[in-house]
Parts: sequence; structure tokens; C-alpha cells
Amino acid sequence: MQVVRHRYDAVIVGAGGAGLMAALHLAQAGIPTAVLSKLYPTRSHTGTAQGGIGAALGNMEEDHWEWHAFDTIKGSDYLADQDAVEIMCREAIDCVYFLEHMGLPFDRTPEGKIMQRRFGGHTNNRTGEPVRRACHAADRTGHMILQTLYQQCIRYGVQFFNEFFLTDLLLTGDPLETGTRCCGVVALEMQTGVLHVFHAKAVLFATGGFGRIYKVTSNAHTLTGDGCAVAWRRGIPLEDMEFYQFHPTGIYKLGVLLSEAARGEGAYLLNGLGERFMARYAPKLMELAPRDLVSRAMYLEIREGRGVNGKDYLHLDVRHLPKEVLEKKLPDITEFARIYLGVDPEKEPVPVQPTAHYAMGGIPTNVDGQVVVDEKNTPLVGFYAAGECACVSVHGANRLGTNSLVDILVFGRRAALHMARFCRDADFAPLPENPEAETMEHINRLLNNNDGRWRVGKIRRELQEVMMDKASVLRTGDELRECLDKVRDLKAQYAQVRLDDRHSAFNLDLIEALELGYLLDCAEALVASALNRTESRGAHYREDFPKRDDANWLKHTLAYRKGDDIVFRYKPVVITKYPPQERKY
Amino acid sequence: MEVIVRILRFDPEKDGKPHWQEFRVDAEPNDRVLDLLHIIRDEHDGTLAFRRSCGHGICGSDAMVINGKNRLACKTLVKDLRQPITIEPLRGFRVIKDLVVDMEPFFAKYRRVMPYLINDEPPPEKERYQSPEERERFDDTTKCILCACCTTGCPVFWVNGEFLGPAAFVAAHRFVFDSRDRAAAERLQILAEYGGVFNCHMAFNCVDACPRGINVTKAILELRQAILAGSVSLSPKER
Repeated sequence: MQVVRHRYDAVIVGAGGAGLMAALHLAQAGIPTAVLSKLYPTRSHTGTAQGGIGAALGNMEEDHWEWHAFDTIKGSDYLADQDAVEIMCREAIDCVYFLEHMGLPFDRTPEGKIMQRRFGGHTNNRTGEPVRRACHAADRTGHMILQTLYQQCIRYGVQFFNEFFLTDLLLTGDPLETGTRCCGVVALEMQTGVLHVFHAKAVLFATGGFGRIYKVTSNAHTLTGDGCAVAWRRGIPLEDMEFYQFHPTGIYKLGVLLSEAARGEGAYLLNGLGERFMARYAPKLMELAPRDLVSRAMYLEIREGRGVNGKDYLHLDVRHLPKEVLEKKLPDITEFARIYLGVDPEKEPVPVQPTAHYAMGGIPTNVDGQVVVDEKNTPLVGFYAAGECACVSVHGANRLGTNSLVDILVFGRRAALHMARFCRDADFAPLPENPEAETMEHINRLLNNNDGRWRVGKIRRELQEVMMDKASVLRTGDELRECLDKVRDLKAQYAQVRLDDRHSAFNLDLIEALELGYLLDCAEALVASALNRTESRGAHYREDFPKRDDANWLKHTLAYRKGDDIVFRYKPVVITKYPPQERKY
Repeated sequence: MEVIVRILRFDPEKDGKPHWQEFRVDAEPNDRVLDLLHIIRDEHDGTLAFRRSCGHGICGSDAMVINGKNRLACKTLVKDLRQPITIEPLRGFRVIKDLVVDMEPFFAKYRRVMPYLINDEPPPEKERYQSPEERERFDDTTKCILCACCTTGCPVFWVNGEFLGPAAFVAAHRFVFDSRDRAAAERLQILAEYGGVFNCHMAFNCVDACPRGINVTKAILELRQAILAGSVSLSPKER
């Protein structure tokens, strides 16, 4: 197998919003930077974000970043680190102006300012009423962020390695020992099957989430937890993996997202009786309550037999909204309903169900994007993470809508600025001997497994089904234990996976097999962490422990892989000025 | 229901030239063509290669020729197609494997038109102002997802290697008519040269093929008018 070596000061893996924001800032700082993406950059999943970027510009009405911070912390069920949230909400404002200056075509107010709209959990802190904070470009805000950042990366000459698939992270030793540094990555060039070793002073993972562990998900086929799994296998912990967000309004069975922007513009959620059932769960914010509450309410309505026609879906109703709002502000989601369901939202309510959407947990970092490996926040020198694969933690137990975009922008930039300083001062740490050896052995084993019994698609389908059934919105200890057993059975089967394709050029069979390995690791970490946390908080709802338990569980989970086992350690939550209270909406 | 799918296969490591292969797939009328491809991969033949990501028409990965027309596999439903369903890679690019083509020449032409906002005036502390009318002026061309359905469906592109193609024109339009941009003249200069907007024959294939419903021909006409006018007017009343 051929191996090519490269040397760049900074290497970024992933070309979504976080990766490109970082790449642009590193390029502007003059740091030699390579961006690796398993897709063409414009295919990244940031492009599917619809509703908006939360930032307290106050263009429509009074607003303050401190209100945004409080809403985020309350939305997180008090698990977010408050120092990080304050930084995020303050810098969100500047990031939005930065994007505007870079060319992002925001919708505009009559006087020409950036237009903002309401979104779940974002409030005027004095009145408790929804506030217009989400800066948007129709319902394709993410598309415009991705395009704008990619375009400016072209302008600044960022070096892209498209369709390069991450297989390994290179460290000089054990990540938990002092003095260990990150020194590069290994990647498979998908078009040719050639392996590449990238030697770097600093590496940023911006690899996105792992929604494909679930059967019904808004996530792209390519969101398979690559960065999280690769880091985990190298001994780096994963933080708060039990907190996985289900978005309330996925298209029934498909999971394709119908943006919260619809409810921000006034859409209703109706049960089979035609009731706006959110009145029972969040009388003040109704449909604009945070996602964990709305998704849980939907599961409960369905369980109690109030799904539409007794089935496992509910209705999103936009029929009362002006036609112009649908055409101008929600054109894409109107089209999704027409194409995939054959439903015209102007005339009929749209069948929806909660869809797996966002990992609050991930690779632990500090506010400069540095990966930290223990409860004392000790950085692993030279290794950074940002975006959905990272856990700062600004989302705690439940992320507010729009805050994923805020997160990628603020922490993509902060990571880049720290990396730029580091790259100016630091030398290259030496690569390990034969840095590609482990990847090569793994790939050869997959390609030459002539006794293999199971197809990738079969194992993946069973994983997605068991995760959906036993580790989604409503959880119990018994079901989580069954789920963990099943995931481990599937891991055993994975050792006997059989590929049809043994060739080099664009071997999707091999790529999907590697991705399945990553999915299994992410799923195992998620389920084990969920079983371990015996309380309910945010998106993690245990029917056998239905209350939040601050006395024992106001802390972050750190899950470490130790051989075939998982061990847990814990990290305190940073509280600045918002003491935990009961969450009411 | 049983669906018959015929796919143009090519593996550079064993095939001298592309060949058709037929699959009989158990599928639902509401399934996407992308679902058919996944069923084939998961249950029939894991060697089939194609690109896909978001699965709902936003990322632009899975453009291919389906029953003779350029479409996104994730936005085309089985019930809307005549059988057997034929699937081929996009035309005009080197085939890497099966339905995967080399997109680099496409992106090279995109980069030619300077597809990024250029404005070196010091920005204000907050946002630059832009009226809703000025914003609306280029709204249609912001929708492009760079899937290449338009360019690879264009008869001029098939015969003229210099032709920048409709997707590059759409990208240029998005910036030429943005009131905040200052490089319209440079872009229009590029578009006025050989391979630019005057080489378009108005076949309208691009409009037909665009999965985002962009009126590509209108954008091309507006670029021509801007070149002929010698300057670009951003006044709302001229819309």
C-alpha cells in the first residue's frame, strides 16, 4: 500500500462550519494549513442548518448577550459550563458581523439591518416571552454560512484535501501522561486508496456528529462520529455522551428536518385530537419550549394513544400562516413536505416525529478549543476540537436551537487563534515510527477477511434499530442494559464483517465499514454513559430516575476506553452567576 | 414492489469500458432513487460506488443521470420514474468509479469567476446595511448547491472545453448583483471573454435540470445585459 507524507503547521479535519471558520482564520494569520474532508467541503452538514444563528444584536427589539447566556444555561438544564456560555454568547455578536462582512446574505429589516426571528427557548429575560434573536437567511442559513466560509477560504488560498477519510490520530505517547503531544493524522485518499500521513504542529478535529447511530435522524449519511471514535481509541475521554438531542419535527419515518423556524414563525404542533398539546407541558412558551421538552411531550402523547390515527406521529400545522411567510421565509421546508410526503403544507398538516439530531457530548475541550483529557482540564498539547464533535461544554444536557451555529463559529475561531499562536512558537514534535502501520493493518484485515460472515449494512441496521428503540428519548436502566449488550454483540459481529469490494478506487464498501466501526464506538460510549447516569436532566430522561439530582449529578461524565471496558470519571460544572433552579417554561 | 434498476458500472481496476448491470430491487413507490442505491449496496452488491451525504437535496453530492436526465438521487422518487430506471454518472467528467466522477474541473471553473465577496473598504463596527430590495436582487442565485446538474446537462459544455458553464455563471451573478461587492467589473470582464456568457446558446437545459429551481437563463441574461451596459446598476427600480 502506497503512503504519501505531508507537513503542515496546522491540519484541520472536517470542512463544515467549525473547520472552515478555523481554516479561514489560520489562513488570514498566515499559518500553513491543510483541510482534510471526506466530502467536498460544500457537502458538509452545516449546509443543512435551516433556522438561524442566535446572537443578541437587538435589531428587532431589546436583547442582551447576558439574556442569551441565561437562556442557554437554563436550556442546558444547568449542565453547561457557564464561563464558556458567557464567552459564546458575547462573541456570537461579533461572529455574525464577521460573516456579514465576509458576504453572508442575511435577510434584512426594512432599514437594512440583519433580520432576526424567534426560536425555541430564546426569551426576553424580563417578561419570559420569546425574543427575536435568530439571524437568518430564509431557511437556508447553514447553506449560506458554509458557502460564505468556503468562498472566502478559496480567496485566501486554503489548501484542501477533498475526499480524504480520517483513520488515525498521531500522538507522541499516552494522552494522559504529561509531555505527550499530538503530531498529526493518517487519512485514506478515497479516490485512489492511497494512505497519507500528515505531520503537524497542531491538529483540529471538526468532524461533526454521529446521528447515524439512530434509525430516524436528520443527520447526513456521512455523520458517523469519525473524530470522536478516533480520539477515543487513542485514550482520550468522551464527555457527556449520554446527552443526545432529538429534534421535535422530523418528517415522519424519514427524519428529514422541518426547521424550528416554522414554529418560530408561528406553526402549531397538534396531536391526533387536534389539540395544541404543548399547553400541558410548557404553557408559556408552548411550541417554542426547548427541544428536550417538546420531543419528550411528543413521545408521551404518542404513548398515551394521542398520536395521529393512533400512530406514532403528530402534526405540524402551518395552514394559518400567511402564504408569503411560507414562500419567503420557509421555502425549503415547504418543498421537503411536498416532495417526500406528497403533503402540501398550505392545505394539510404535516406528519412529524422526533428525529435524532445533535450530540451535546463529544471530545472535551476548554474555551480555546484545546482538547482536555481529565477532570483538571489538562490540555493535550497540539490537539484541538470544535463544533459538534467537541464538548466545551456550552450545551450541557440540551442545546437550544441556533446555538450549534453559534458554537461552530465562536469556537472554530477561538481554536484557530490559539492554534496560530501555538504554531508560531512550537516546533514539530517527532512522528511515531511507522505512523501508518495501525491504519494499514486495520484496512488489510477488513479487505482480506475471507471468512467474514456479516455485511456492513446488516450490522448498521441492527445498531440503528436498537438505539432508536432503547436509547432515544425515554430511557430505563433495563432497556439501556439490553441495548449495551446488543451493541457489544454487534461489535463482536463487526470483527467478522465481510466486504464485497477489495479494490482501491473509491471503495465505498471499505469506507462504510470503517464508519460502522466508528458508529459502534460512539453508540457504546453513549449507552454506557446513559446507563451510568441515574438521574434525568435535559435530553437524558430516565423513567426509573425521573428527577434531576443536583446533589449527586451536577457534574460532567468523562468516559474512557480501557481495553474492552469503559471507565468513568467526573468533572465539576463551572457555575459563575446563574445558580441551578427548577426549569419551567 | 419490484423495481428494475439498470446502472452503468465502471471499475478502473477491472473494466476496460463501462457496462450496464441490472438489479431487481424490492422497494416502495415513495422511496428515493438514493434508497434504491443503498438497498443495492446493502443487499445485492457492496462494490457499487456513488456519492451521497445529506439525503434531502441540500448538499449536492448525488447528482447523476437518471432516466436520461440530470437529477439528485435523493430528490427523485421511484413513483415518478418509468421502469426500468437507468442510472449513469454525470456526463463530461472522467469517471473514477461507477457513479463517481472527477468534479475537480467543475470546481476549477467555479473558482475562475472569483466566487467570493470582494470589498476591501474597512467594514463598519456592526453590519453593512443592505435594503431588502438589494438583498432580493441576487436571492435566486444564492440557492446554488454546486451539484453540477446544470453544467453537465449543457450542450455547449459538452463541446466547448473553455465554456465556464451555468454553475459558474450563477456563482458570478450572486456576487455581481450584491450591493456590498466591489469586483463586479473584474468578474464581468471574465464573463465577457471566450467561454463566458455570450457562448451560451439558450438551450434552457440548465433551468430544466436545476434541482433548486434557479432561473439560470435569467441570471445569464442579466449578466449579459450588465456587460453590454458597461456597468452594473444596483438601483432597485431597475429590477
